[in-house]
Amino acid sequence: MKRRKFDIAAAPANTGRAVDERFQVATPLRRLLNKVFPDHWSFLLGEIALFSFIVLLLTGVFLTFFYEPALTEVIYNGSYAPLRGTPMSVAYASTLDISFDVRGGLIMRQMHHWAALLFMAAIVVHMLRVFFTGAFRKPRETNWIIGSLLFWVGFLAGFTGYSLPDDGLSGTGLRIASAIMLSIPVIGSWVTAAVFNGEFPGTIIISRFFIAHVLLIPGLLIALISVHLGLVFKQKHTQWPGPGRTNANVVGERMFPRYAIKQGGFFMVVFGVIALLGGLFQINPIWLFGPYEAWVVSAASQPDWYVMFLDGSTRLMPDWQIDIPIGDGYVIPPLFWPTVVLPGILVGLSTLYPFLEARYLKDYRSHNLLQRPRDVPFRTGLGAMAVTFYVVLTLSGANDVIADKFQISLNAMTWAGRIGLLILPPLAYYVTYRICLGLQQHDREVLAHGVETGIIRRLPDGRFVEVHQPLSAADGNGHGELDYAGWVVPKKMNRLGALGPAIRGFFYPIEKPVEAPVSPGHPPVEPRAEREEIGSGETRS
Amino acid sequence: MSRQTEQSAGQEPFDVDDPRLTRFDVVREGARRDDIEIVHYEPQVVAGSKAERRLVRTVAGFFLLTGLAATAFLVIYIWWPWEYQPGRGGDKLYTPLLGLTLGVALLAVGFGILTWGKKLLPKEVSIQDRHGGVSTEDQKITGQTMAYMVDELGVKRRPLLGVSLLAGLAPVGAVVAAPLVGGLISDPHKDDQMMTTGFAPRDGQKIRLVREDGRPIRPADISAGGQITVFPGVEHGVSNRYADSPALLIHLRDADAEESRRNNERAGHGDYMWGNYAAYSKICTHAGCPASLYEQQTNRLLCPCHQSQFLITDNAKPIFGPASRRLPQLPIEVDAEGYFVARSDYTETVGPDFWERP
Repeated sequence: MKRRKFDIAAAPANTGRAVDERFQVATPLRRLLNKVFPDHWSFLLGEIALFSFIVLLLTGVFLTFFYEPALTEVIYNGSYAPLRGTPMSVAYASTLDISFDVRGGLIMRQMHHWAALLFMAAIVVHMLRVFFTGAFRKPRETNWIIGSLLFWVGFLAGFTGYSLPDDGLSGTGLRIASAIMLSIPVIGSWVTAAVFNGEFPGTIIISRFFIAHVLLIPGLLIALISVHLGLVFKQKHTQWPGPGRTNANVVGERMFPRYAIKQGGFFMVVFGVIALLGGLFQINPIWLFGPYEAWVVSAASQPDWYVMFLDGSTRLMPDWQIDIPIGDGYVIPPLFWPTVVLPGILVGLSTLYPFLEARYLKDYRSHNLLQRPRDVPFRTGLGAMAVTFYVVLTLSGANDVIADKFQISLNAMTWAGRIGLLILPPLAYYVTYRICLGLQQHDREVLAHGVETGIIRRLPDGRFVEVHQPLSAADGNGHGELDYAGWVVPKKMNRLGALGPAIRGFFYPIEKPVEAPVSPGHPPVEPRAEREEIGSGETRS
Repeated sequence: MSRQTEQSAGQEPFDVDDPRLTRFDVVREGARRDDIEIVHYEPQVVAGSKAERRLVRTVAGFFLLTGLAATAFLVIYIWWPWEYQPGRGGDKLYTPLLGLTLGVALLAVGFGILTWGKKLLPKEVSIQDRHGGVSTEDQKITGQTMAYMVDELGVKRRPLLGVSLLAGLAPVGAVVAAPLVGGLISDPHKDDQMMTTGFAPRDGQKIRLVREDGRPIRPADISAGGQITVFPGVEHGVSNRYADSPALLIHLRDADAEESRRNNERAGHGDYMWGNYAAYSKICTHAGCPASLYEQQTNRLLCPCHQSQFLITDNAKPIFGPASRRLPQLPIEVDAEGYFVARSDYTETVGPDFWERP
């Protein structure tokens, strides 16, 4: 018998065959490789959140190796000289150790914090994208709800993590959180006592927050993110309208290799930016704040940015205390409204919005095509209103710093916030609504009259007119018959191919430049046949 | 250049082993089987062209930069002096250098991959069917299947089964919740803890006011217009165990003290001051931050967390911001040895408000 030689070239095929005979994966694998994804820069915002979350998991695991969640009092004796001999909690001392006595610990801590800020920021911007383009509509309401839950769970993750170092700032935050829980009518004191195991601060809160921060909340986040991505995969991504795009198809590129490669590269970029932030930009220098002591606080103690709107709402709230004269008398403190009721309303409104809008518009169909914000002025207006509301609250969360830096009265800042909170959102709605209508009108105008060429012509009677390049064969009055297609209308001659493509090369052209088809200043050309059907600025060369 | 796919009617049946087929043909057929039509497929660079060589050099350059930066990271990580030294020193550059090298390494590999994917790979436009349509027939069949399962169980005919199962399982659910809830519950009013602070007299002994370092205070220690944070002179009195206790002891100027006494009289706190000295809880009645910014000229106490302002000469009444309740006043006097003591505990609840606050 001749011994068969091992053929290395046939090895992948043989392995593949062997695997498929056992698991029947060939067809599903091909489906996965071939899955089509539409591409647009705004679809990448959610990815930033996902990638930040991965960085959070990686750096977070590192931190748990060195952090000790305990409020036992110790005398600090580490490397950081200014705090030596200070009594502090083990939690604070171990965080100092991470910053000064663990090699590379500080960059991990700072990357963790920066990644958390980026995570929340990306969630917010991603939600704005989804909101303004109507991507939350049927059949994607579930994913919208999961997304808004992710914001609040991320908020909790951020707050519990912020509290762990037990430094001066985080202790103050915890104190306010306990006051917020206390303010809940009827059960407030019981809730607080249950969380803190007695009176604030007690001795167990840090270990409870620790297990919440490293196990319960991340577990919940992972579960929610998995369902979120699973639904995106199952329901397929929304797409912008455009040539060939309908409600029943997906136009884009297949997932592998190009789309996946771009995702991988983008992950590395996000990771790299977080590394740069973590190394070059100091964040939460807890050694400057000192250990938490209930009687110490400094001005300008601001929370992380995503908590600032709650801080702002608390500052703006007037001192409306409700006394209930039953029995011994009961109290609803003013703190209850801006910190418990307001977030409750926000959660409710954002969760219900897709259903409220569908009901208002009586639109119960499935939508896979996105809408440009200008085409739905009322929704864009509502969004602008919400953003304004949020920005006023966030700025008010820093109103003492603003007052200090700009030499404004602190009380004036508070009043400006109170008045602004009521007046600016409706104003933003009105202005946004008008801008949307204006943009719509301009789109229609260009479709009817053509693109401004910048060429001024003097008529025989002495008038000056600007020459317009019609987008379609014009009728006698120079009016075309193009319908608005829900997508970008070209408004510059460059977008119509009036200029040649850009010449490539940094110092000198690497290829012979293509001849420009139309020289600038050339009189309007007859529209080419292929342009007639498009309402899009996409060039398809 | 571009390879437009054209679907000619009456194509011959597809045979994957047909030697005339290119690999792309097979790929396209696979895509078709997944309801994907590759309508546009176009290489971005001509093979062997100058542009291609240039892009390849760029990508390779990025990857090599990654290797360089990553090596630099390792070298710095191992050999750079990293232990904290007071003052300026090389150790302050340790974290920035790590961040810089790690960031550059990751960004470079990212840009390398992106350039590879975006510039060197062919551009394509594919169209996939969404299959959004739902089959009402399938819905009905599944519905009937599930209804049949209920029939098989026969709960309708044998209602006792359902009722008894519920009756049996409901307590089991409670059993799951009970240890968690029961373990967490803690009576907030145990030992009257929400109403008492470290200043409550112990065994008839009045508690001294002490500084942060534990020393007691004589009236002469504070000049007129001055103030000092005071703690109960008990074991661990200066610690977070007595987080509700700290007070601000203020030496008012004569005129302010006069006004203050008048206002105290009205509030029923006539004898809470001692001479020109008054002590108010430092824990804000709004959210529990220390209200610690004292403005001497206006006698206002400002809480830096939410800007509640309290007028000290008017019995620490809230005059601006979200706080709705006075800071509780600590009744004080001077004992036989000439040190400040608390005559009793605060007579109002200290700290943030809650539902059953008396």
